[in-house]
Amino acid sequence: MSGLSTAHSVVEPSATSKRVAGALVIAYALITLIPLLWIVLTSFKTPPDSIAYPPKLMFQPSIEGYCNLFTTRTRQTPEYLAAMPPPTGYCDRAVRSRNMVIAGPSNVIPRFTNSIIIAFGSTFLAVFLGTLAAYAFSRFRIPLKDDLLFFILSTRMMPPIAVAIPIYLMYRELGLSDTLLGMILLYTAVNVSLAVWLLKGFIDEIPREYEEAAMIDGYTRLQAFTKIVLPQATTGIAATAIFCMIFAWNEYAFAVLLTSGEAQTMPPFIPFIIGEGGQDWPAVASATTLFLIPIVVFTVLLRKHLLRGITFGAVRK
Amino acid sequence: MAQIKVNDLQKAFGDFVAVKGSTFTVEDGEFFVMLGPSGCGKTTTLRMIAGLELPTGGAIQLGGEDVTLKRAAQRDIAFVFQLFALYPHMNVRENIGFPLKCQNMPKAEIRRRVEEAARILRITDLLSCSVSGLSSGDRQRVALGRAIVRKPMAFMMDEPLGALDAEFRELMCNELRALHDRLQATTVYVTHDQLEAMAMADKIAVMNHGVIEQLGTPQEIYDRPATMFVADFIGSPPMNFLNFTQALKRGDRTTRLDGISVDVPEIHEDMSERAFTLGVRPEAVRIVSEGGLRGQVFGSEYLGTNQIVIVNTDHGRVKARIGSEQRVPDGGTVGLAFRPEKLSIFDKQSGRAVRTALHDGGIHG
Repeated sequence: MSGLSTAHSVVEPSATSKRVAGALVIAYALITLIPLLWIVLTSFKTPPDSIAYPPKLMFQPSIEGYCNLFTTRTRQTPEYLAAMPPPTGYCDRAVRSRNMVIAGPSNVIPRFTNSIIIAFGSTFLAVFLGTLAAYAFSRFRIPLKDDLLFFILSTRMMPPIAVAIPIYLMYRELGLSDTLLGMILLYTAVNVSLAVWLLKGFIDEIPREYEEAAMIDGYTRLQAFTKIVLPQATTGIAATAIFCMIFAWNEYAFAVLLTSGEAQTMPPFIPFIIGEGGQDWPAVASATTLFLIPIVVFTVLLRKHLLRGITFGAVRK
Repeated sequence: MAQIKVNDLQKAFGDFVAVKGSTFTVEDGEFFVMLGPSGCGKTTTLRMIAGLELPTGGAIQLGGEDVTLKRAAQRDIAFVFQLFALYPHMNVRENIGFPLKCQNMPKAEIRRRVEEAARILRITDLLSCSVSGLSSGDRQRVALGRAIVRKPMAFMMDEPLGALDAEFRELMCNELRALHDRLQATTVYVTHDQLEAMAMADKIAVMNHGVIEQLGTPQEIYDRPATMFVADFIGSPPMNFLNFTQALKRGDRTTRLDGISVDVPEIHEDMSERAFTLGVRPEAVRIVSEGGLRGQVFGSEYLGTNQIVIVNTDHGRVKARIGSEQRVPDGGTVGLAFRPEKLSIFDKQSGRAVRTALHDGGIHG
């Protein structure tokens, strides 16, 4: 097809239009980044600074928010505080300056761990099942193949939360409410249809001659799949994993409904970080900042694949 | 190396029958070409022999052993694909050595065999290259290397030259045949290109609509086509077809084309009056000034050593291949005479060739 591509104009864009495009992209990036930047800034403010009016752009940075996020605190009288041994660290000192003492660790670490287990677990399962199903749909003659594929897609045709109540009742009956397993299964069920469709597209693009050559050369179908198809499909698998991961990591509605203690994830936990005398905004902001880090790292690590992944199929080699 | 016997092989995909009962034998060391238009079932037949498709009927024997239902890996057959199917995540050496690695051969032995294969194909200097940077001809050599390194019982080739440009194709055509002669390898080769088939084959099977229309040496297929399809498919320009209606009797040596008597090879069967088609290769046509089938010259293509003259007659357009020194005026009226020993007669309805002296020495179904 390379000969035909000249039918379209492939004139190099002018320097001016490149500059304008660049400026627009930067402006858009700033607009989308400002709320995030504000959250990160807030996480380094003291509680009074965080609610100061007019908002402070310049302030003395503090990690009191992070201290508050990781601890629970109780108020004490000044006499009690004076009788205590001297503070042992930064957090201790900051807390005592507000007439409080650290009573113990907060729930943030178990919640964060829950989020990681559920997001990675469900992403792994969805991608694993999706890859196998996509391979089967791509390579074998399956009776009612098109109907099955449509059925799988149709599970995405309503917002998942529309089935919240049946799922709530079902989970209560099955004892899956507020369990890690329950949340992993739920997010897997939501993601697997996306995974099947995305991955089928990728696997369709891998010429089947590769596997056939391998099977003739001595591999079984399974070996050909794991040693030939999977390495070729890494781009698609990575892109699919990111999409599944983002959904499972950020999901809020089901998490609120189905988890309250043991299996609670970060999204429902963050809004309920309450300080004394009102919302503890620096603590909320620091929780949000920490919550962003894994998904940013995950996406950055796989971003090469992501970019190729979402444009895959649109451009033929 | 081994003989391949295919007996009443069938393949249906749902309602669509791709191969309708093929029977043929590929002798040990033979270069066997399956030729036909796309969708004729030639690739499906090849894939069944290789074990990439399971037949819905019939049997395949490889070296005397029934392999009809065996997995591809258990058949000891090498396959060369049209699009090469080189593994992009491996370099040339790894690609060629891959089948041996699958068989858990010791590393030193793999190295030795890969280098031997590379030497035969003259790609030793490419061994450490990545396959993505190679030209299509070199890729095809690597694909061939992967096939020959195994020393398999037979080679299957699915249009291996189809993805090459014309210049390379001719070169690889010669190389492939030379490679075959050197290895004495039983080879089944699929193509839709009659020139490739004629140039390389020991034996050709011409397929159409899932049926083998004719099986024979290139010369048999060209000189004594068994059906009108074969006659039309082989040869460039294709055979001329002239229709006439009469009854044929055993021993006849002439037919009548609109009152003109045409000498034909002696007819060897009796047939009632019906529509027949006289098949004339362009090189069996002579242009004469007097007599013959009259027609008007429409144009000519100059080809160097010879020329193709196109003549419009009452029976349709006839192409004649004649020496380029003969002057034929455009628009002039000329006569066409045919070399009797080169003519075929077909039953127009069934397309089957009528048995004549032409077939002496050759047997056709």
